[in-house]
Amino acid sequence: MVFRHSYLYSIFWPRLKRNRLALFGGAVVLALFLISLAAPLIAPYDPNAINAWKVLSPPSWQNWFGTDELGRDVLSRVLFGARISLKVGFVAVGIAVTIGTVIGLLSGYYSGAVDSVLMRLVDIMLCFPAFFLILAVITFLEPSIWYIMIVIGLTGWMGVARLVRAETLSIREMDYIMAARCIGCSNARIIFRHILPNAVSPVLVSATLGVAGAILTESALSFLGIGVQPPTPSWGNILTSGKDYIEFAWWLSLFPGLAILVTVLAYNLLGEGIRDALDPRVKR
Amino acid sequence: MTTYLLKRILLLIPLMFGITLITFSVIHLAPGEPVEMQMAMNPKVGKEARERLTKFYGLDKPLHEQYLSWVGKLARLDLGRSFSPDGRPVKDKIKERLPVTISLNIIALILEFGLAIPIGILAATRRDTWLDKGITVFVFVGFAVPTFWLALLLMYLFGVRLGWLPISGLHTLGSDSWGTLHYLWDMAKHLVMPVMVASFGSLAGLSRYMRSAMLNVISQDYITTARAKGLPERVVIYKHALRNALLPLITLLGFSIPGLIGGSVIFETIYAIPGMGQLFYQGVMSRDYPVVMGILVIGAFLTLLGNLIADLCYALADPRIRHGEG
Repeated sequence: MVFRHSYLYSIFWPRLKRNRLALFGGAVVLALFLISLAAPLIAPYDPNAINAWKVLSPPSWQNWFGTDELGRDVLSRVLFGARISLKVGFVAVGIAVTIGTVIGLLSGYYSGAVDSVLMRLVDIMLCFPAFFLILAVITFLEPSIWYIMIVIGLTGWMGVARLVRAETLSIREMDYIMAARCIGCSNARIIFRHILPNAVSPVLVSATLGVAGAILTESALSFLGIGVQPPTPSWGNILTSGKDYIEFAWWLSLFPGLAILVTVLAYNLLGEGIRDALDPRVKR
Repeated sequence: MTTYLLKRILLLIPLMFGITLITFSVIHLAPGEPVEMQMAMNPKVGKEARERLTKFYGLDKPLHEQYLSWVGKLARLDLGRSFSPDGRPVKDKIKERLPVTISLNIIALILEFGLAIPIGILAATRRDTWLDKGITVFVFVGFAVPTFWLALLLMYLFGVRLGWLPISGLHTLGSDSWGTLHYLWDMAKHLVMPVMVASFGSLAGLSRYMRSAMLNVISQDYITTARAKGLPERVVIYKHALRNALLPLITLLGFSIPGLIGGSVIFETIYAIPGMGQLFYQGVMSRDYPVVMGILVIGAFLTLLGNLIADLCYALADPRIRHGEG
């Protein structure tokens, strides 16, 4: 995408490949993609099939992760839950990155009044406890996964905006931008055609880490009962029943939590790996 | 220094204004009426009563009028009255909840910094040993653990399995009549798990930050000089390096306030602790506009204040800034 091919093949990829933890993260992320695509094929049961004979049965050969209070297979629900978390992670981060990049570009390129207004907006947004803001908006809307993704995105763009602004500020002063201006390029063309591709690589890191954050936020919302609504399985809302039945059914709490842990860990490792691979100061 | 301070304080005004504007629009642009919620409980209430209620809460006025009257009251430190049946002033409600959340978070912060600083120093001074690697693994896992899950696991382990700790509330019922010592001991037991959960979330990040700050300082020339003078390593690290490595943590302290307040929703609802997080959750669930707006604004103002204080402390702690012009 943003990298020239020579750079991608000669520097970035070899560096990333040497980082075992990052590769592990990448492999897990890939596996999660496959799991969410193939969930209907690999899940041993229908995630919503109620079975009154098997209510809250502990892990066994039939139900590896046990069953929940309606006798549904927890493993199947966890596998299907991967779909939700993946979707939320990518859409929310997509929204955040788009808003952040546009605001950062405008702020860095035009500076002056535009810059002060936009950066004050960033300061203001950063003052709010993000989770409070998300909670306030989500509960006032109809419960829907799309609203969750949009709201998480709308409250998570500030870091990207600051990053892109800083990059833009330094790129703006470069000779090739001056050259572009001299041959009569419009501002829009300079911003999106000449600055954007060069300002966007640090965003890759915060986007990867952002996916992890968005997954955590969604699971917390679903856990509180205002995220993904049952019967649709999400890791967070399986944990809600985990809390209700904590005295009898530890498996309801353990497995979905582990799924979140592994997923978030994988994205974080991958993100850190990309950061190191992009950073010319890090030698490995 | 004085001009710097003045500038910072002047800058607070537009920021505070922006905070009120965003809070108000977030709450009022969302569809759904608080009155509907109350009506849903009691379907017999007629259309006329509904209008009366709407009027009573001032929800029939145009938005800008509602905003102006809200901000006007806010300036006089009046947050309005709760929509809940008790109709108490929001200020009183927050006043009784805020100390709980703040003291809990202060205990958590002390624990966090108390652990993260030594962990960070250890990781930095033993760089690339198994100890450092072990700490790195712990940090990454710590980043990835959802706090509410940790809360559940602790609840299962200490509350259900071992039965050592109470799993909800701040006091045992009837503890008011016990002796002071017994009362405090009871409260301390109730606080163990919430504090663990509250501090765990940022412990990982903080120790990572401390590690890199320390590494950064150690690589500087003056540390090499100190070593070349023949100072013992202990003195080099704890006397010369540590001071400078601690400086960036001050800023971090200011930044961590919104996260701490935001995180309180989770553990306060799980452990049934009567703090701001729980109040906010209840307010949001019952569409109690004044409570929700009040807490949002107060939370944001606290962050603003925290950042300002952190910056001032930084300036006071760092002689390069203290003695420079600014």
